[in-house]
Amino acid sequence: MRSFTYTRAGDVAEAVNEVAGNEEARFIAGGTNLLDLMKIDVMHPRHIVDITRLALSTVEDTPEGGLRLGALVTNADTAYHEQVETRYPLLSHAILAGATAQLRNKATDGGNLLQRTRCYYFYDKATPCNKREPGSGCAAITGFNRIHAILGESEHCIATHPSDMCVALAALGAVVHVTGPNGERGIPFAEFHRLPGDTPEQDTNLNQDEIITSIELPAQGFADHYAYVKVRDRASYAFALVSVAAGLLLEDGVVKEARIALGGVAHKPWRKPEAEALLHGQPATAENFRKVAEAYLEGAKGYGHNTFKIELAKRAIVRALQQATENKA
Amino acid sequence: MTMKTDYIGKPTNRVDGRLKVTGQAKYAAEFDSPGLTYGFVVSSRIAKGKIKSIDTTEALQLDGVLQVFTHENRPQTAWFDKSYQDEDSPPGSPFRPLYSDEIQFSQQPIALVVADTFEAARYGATLVNVTYEDAPFSTDFEGNREKAYTPEKYKSQPPPDARGDMAAAFASAAMQISEEYTHTSEHHNPMEMHASTAIWEEDGTLTIYDKTQSVQNSQKYIDQIFGLKPKDARVRSPFVGGAFGSGLRPQYQLFLTVMAALELKRPVRVMLTRQQMFSFGHRPATIQKLQLGASKEGKLEAVRHEAFGETSRFEDYAENVVVWQNVLYQCDNVAFDYKLIGLDVYTPLDMRAPGGSTGQFALESAMDELAAASGINPVALRLKNYTEKDQNEDAPFTSKELRECYRQGAEKFGWEKRNPEPRSMKEGHQLIGWGMASGAWEASQQQASAKALLTVDGKLTVSSATADIGTGTYTVMTQLAAETLGLQLEDVSFKLGDSALPDAPLEGGSWTVSSVGSAVTLVCDAIGKRLLKLARKVKDTPFATAGYDEVIFSEGHMRLRSDPSKALAVTRIMRSAEINYLEEEVTSKPAEKQKKYAPYAHSAVFVEVRVDEDFGTIKVTRVVSAIAGGRIINTKTAESQILGGVVWGIGMALEEESLMDTTYGRFMNHNLAEYHVPVNADIHSIDVIFVEEHDEIVNPIGAKGLGEIGIAGVAGAIANAVYHATGKRVRNLPITLDKVM
Amino acid sequence: MSNKQQPETIEKAAPWLPPKQSVRITINGTQHQLELEPWISVLDMLREHLQLTGTKKGCDHGQCGACTVLLDGKRINSCLTLAVMHDGSSVTTIEGVANGEELHPVQQAFIDHDAFQCGYCTSGQICSAIGLINEGKAKTPDDIRDLMSGNICRCGAYTNIFKVVQEALERSKAQ
Repeated sequence: MRSFTYTRAGDVAEAVNEVAGNEEARFIAGGTNLLDLMKIDVMHPRHIVDITRLALSTVEDTPEGGLRLGALVTNADTAYHEQVETRYPLLSHAILAGATAQLRNKATDGGNLLQRTRCYYFYDKATPCNKREPGSGCAAITGFNRIHAILGESEHCIATHPSDMCVALAALGAVVHVTGPNGERGIPFAEFHRLPGDTPEQDTNLNQDEIITSIELPAQGFADHYAYVKVRDRASYAFALVSVAAGLLLEDGVVKEARIALGGVAHKPWRKPEAEALLHGQPATAENFRKVAEAYLEGAKGYGHNTFKIELAKRAIVRALQQATENKA
Repeated sequence: MTMKTDYIGKPTNRVDGRLKVTGQAKYAAEFDSPGLTYGFVVSSRIAKGKIKSIDTTEALQLDGVLQVFTHENRPQTAWFDKSYQDEDSPPGSPFRPLYSDEIQFSQQPIALVVADTFEAARYGATLVNVTYEDAPFSTDFEGNREKAYTPEKYKSQPPPDARGDMAAAFASAAMQISEEYTHTSEHHNPMEMHASTAIWEEDGTLTIYDKTQSVQNSQKYIDQIFGLKPKDARVRSPFVGGAFGSGLRPQYQLFLTVMAALELKRPVRVMLTRQQMFSFGHRPATIQKLQLGASKEGKLEAVRHEAFGETSRFEDYAENVVVWQNVLYQCDNVAFDYKLIGLDVYTPLDMRAPGGSTGQFALESAMDELAAASGINPVALRLKNYTEKDQNEDAPFTSKELRECYRQGAEKFGWEKRNPEPRSMKEGHQLIGWGMASGAWEASQQQASAKALLTVDGKLTVSSATADIGTGTYTVMTQLAAETLGLQLEDVSFKLGDSALPDAPLEGGSWTVSSVGSAVTLVCDAIGKRLLKLARKVKDTPFATAGYDEVIFSEGHMRLRSDPSKALAVTRIMRSAEINYLEEEVTSKPAEKQKKYAPYAHSAVFVEVRVDEDFGTIKVTRVVSAIAGGRIINTKTAESQILGGVVWGIGMALEEESLMDTTYGRFMNHNLAEYHVPVNADIHSIDVIFVEEHDEIVNPIGAKGLGEIGIAGVAGAIANAVYHATGKRVRNLPITLDKVM
Repeated sequence: MSNKQQPETIEKAAPWLPPKQSVRITINGTQHQLELEPWISVLDMLREHLQLTGTKKGCDHGQCGACTVLLDGKRINSCLTLAVMHDGSSVTTIEGVANGEELHPVQQAFIDHDAFQCGYCTSGQICSAIGLINEGKAKTPDDIRDLMSGNICRCGAYTNIFKVVQEALERSKAQ
């Protein structure tokens, strides 16, 4: 870990001002990923702005009937929040499928969105990685890529986004509210994270001098029919090989609306609304679920070690939709 | 005194338990000293080549950085590689830290940054600028199979000689199994990362707190290298945060810590990072070929077990992978081979049941394949081929209650209800499978010494330079000493982990209880004999003519065996003789009679798995492990040893895998997020059965050691259960979901 | 409070150490006033600056749980947070769990069930178990196993750790 200066921001404006114009400045809140990466010198900010004392720790109803999660609410407090548990159980389940009780007690909702990939090569400075060091190459494409992307990847990067929470937020269609030097803006969740393209060093469309202030959940929480299915190498404390967040609106066994997002398969939580639409108006049957799964994975590409994920993702979609159908609350 | 003093065979709480649950037990990196400095290791980026340049200027500019040691400025140390050999060195030329500009493996330590604070040292390490000259290398185990060689000298035993005519017997056998089994490298990953703290004492000597399984091995190592005398540097290790073999050899942090302390004349601490825990010693990958020929009824007629094991370019590490048929199954036509594949990696290192856990995975998988092919119950097949002697040594066993393990294990598990048909049990999306395997591990005894000091207040201190790596040494030795002299546990203390104490073997190989325990019992008997001499002189003594075998000790008293009410308090005997203390030191050695016998612990492991039919995820829902391990000294800590072994077996079977990227010559998943070991949610019901086994030959206390037998058959049993659940035979570990779905 | 530095001016010079800042923190009921560089984790503050070595470093990356402490009553990984961020906070470590000489029931249960071997993960396991009980979210045996999965025990004492937590939950329910 390199040396850095530390300051504690009193309000959002001050926080933004602290990082504005300083490419080497970073916010810290939970710190669970930033410090992890700083200790191995993969990230090395020279100025750290502590935002934990900002007034962004509340969960509030929105006028539109949704719920606003303050960026500094911890993952644990979000997952166990009564409103989240009852109205957005999909989100609650996804959060609890990730990390550990200790990490969830510290990690914040805003920070969860900004988690970096778990790619082995990103974490190891002895190997090339375009995300860590643009232009150095991607060692994963020809190396160990069992945990890597099968969708939306590029020749420069096949890393995945590691979050569970974000998969649920993508399915729910959340909006990320941010504040920067030029004021506030809302970013639809689907546009928050990026595909690697030729700039894999950029995980998100958040500007360096912008701060996440809240995450807004729309009114529809799919609380009656939802499932979060996570497939991983051990029963807990492991990142997803594949995960699926599914929400259904059902009427007499017919799907009115389907929401599906995949985790562990791409540089961002993966949604494909045109594939979801295949289910609309269709009966909730295994056969139809499999059709959607096939459509979802169309164009998926394996790199050897991770090729199994294509079929695994399909099966996980089917399982999640089945579970969602059955779990009428 | 009315307290009972019989402890052997009882579920006794750990005597060091209170220290551990209150955070007072101190490990190698937790000893403080005024002016303590911190070393941080810089590791090589490349796997092979030379350091072209190493520029420490910038690091030295950082406030707080005291020195950066590299091969260019390291102090003079021993020249010959022989001086770097330790008690566990395989044949070859040991690695010498900071010795030259040569890089022999990835993550080789190439510099030590020493600073006032840990953080400054860590920052300083990023400021050391290194350029390399790459050399061609290979870390591709499978790809170098053609270059496999027979070492001039095997570290352990050479593969057994062939007997009979394996080829002919196999060719004519009605049933033939011929398969290859593999597993990747694994890393020990004890919870405590390797660390050493060297402290200057006022008299100019060094006390070194080291994470090790042998303080004396560490001491000899640094004495040889730095030209120190035993009195100059004392190595201590009162608590060890797990090791599982990783502490059998002195690791490079010890060298670096002592070097820096001697050079800077300051106390120094070096703790490796978790990533650096992947830079020394690992369980070597193996490729194993098993051929079993049998009659239709399942009687073995031919067995061939061949293995390829990974080693480094500089040492020939080898382990006993192919020997296990000899002690488990009777067969007259057998052949064995074990070859090494040299790679540009650090030398592999014994890891819990080295050779046994891996060799038995292959053998027990093949036996299950034979059972399935011939339609014989896997337990019946093993009973049919049961051997009453070690066929390689042509020696009977000191004891072998393996039949009883099969019987009791099967009964507890409910094995008789098993439908032999794969995929015959299902619940929802879960395929359920039952599998079993046998296990064996050598129960050897090494020479060991112990000292005992009994003071007139009735307190006994026993000591030996052994270790407690979580195995329960403190507790078990205390129990043995207390029971031998009839004292309460509270009145006995056992000291270990100090190189100044009487000699003890490396803490490993499941031989600590048998070796050190025998010495402890012997030295307490020596005290007892002294007490008897004194007791004969006490006024109105009941012991005037008694021989030592006619007295017993219990509840603080010496008693006549024939009439325990005839007794004298131990304290009274000493007071009567006006003696303040009695001191004895003994060395115990394996008895001559043992040599004619084969000493082994055995196990039968029964496993239930639930496999998700779509995802291939595997959950081990039930394990029954029946152990024949001789006399059990402490049923509580003994059970923990087996529980731990089973958890290790689950990790080995399903999760553990060190991913070697052959392009960079580097293990890539060098952290605990991506190197998976079992977590709490992976572990469900585990039942441990200790089968009664009396053994008068194996060693004076009749205990066989339990550190390795617990893992021995587990991976095979799980692989067999997965086959039973899914119909899919996975022959390469770990059985990750992609191999099953 | 803001003490904005101008890092770019320092940047050009030789490598520099971060300036110390004052931290007021309560550990096991005792208030400490410390001057610490901001790059010191809570874990290293405890172990290296306060000699409270009961809290263990098992990976330093939040991947093992050995460093678990209770921060303002909640279990966290002390390796992944900076001491300066917790000015005004209260930390309970393994050294503060017992009531004087009397062990916390969870500590005693760890001994009675032999829920540890080498002891290195034990402090974290105990703090984590206490945190789990305080949280009150574990309803089923599988919940217990999952919610204790942030603490790796390489010795493999999981079944005994499970028993300790299950019993403690039953006790706390009975009360």
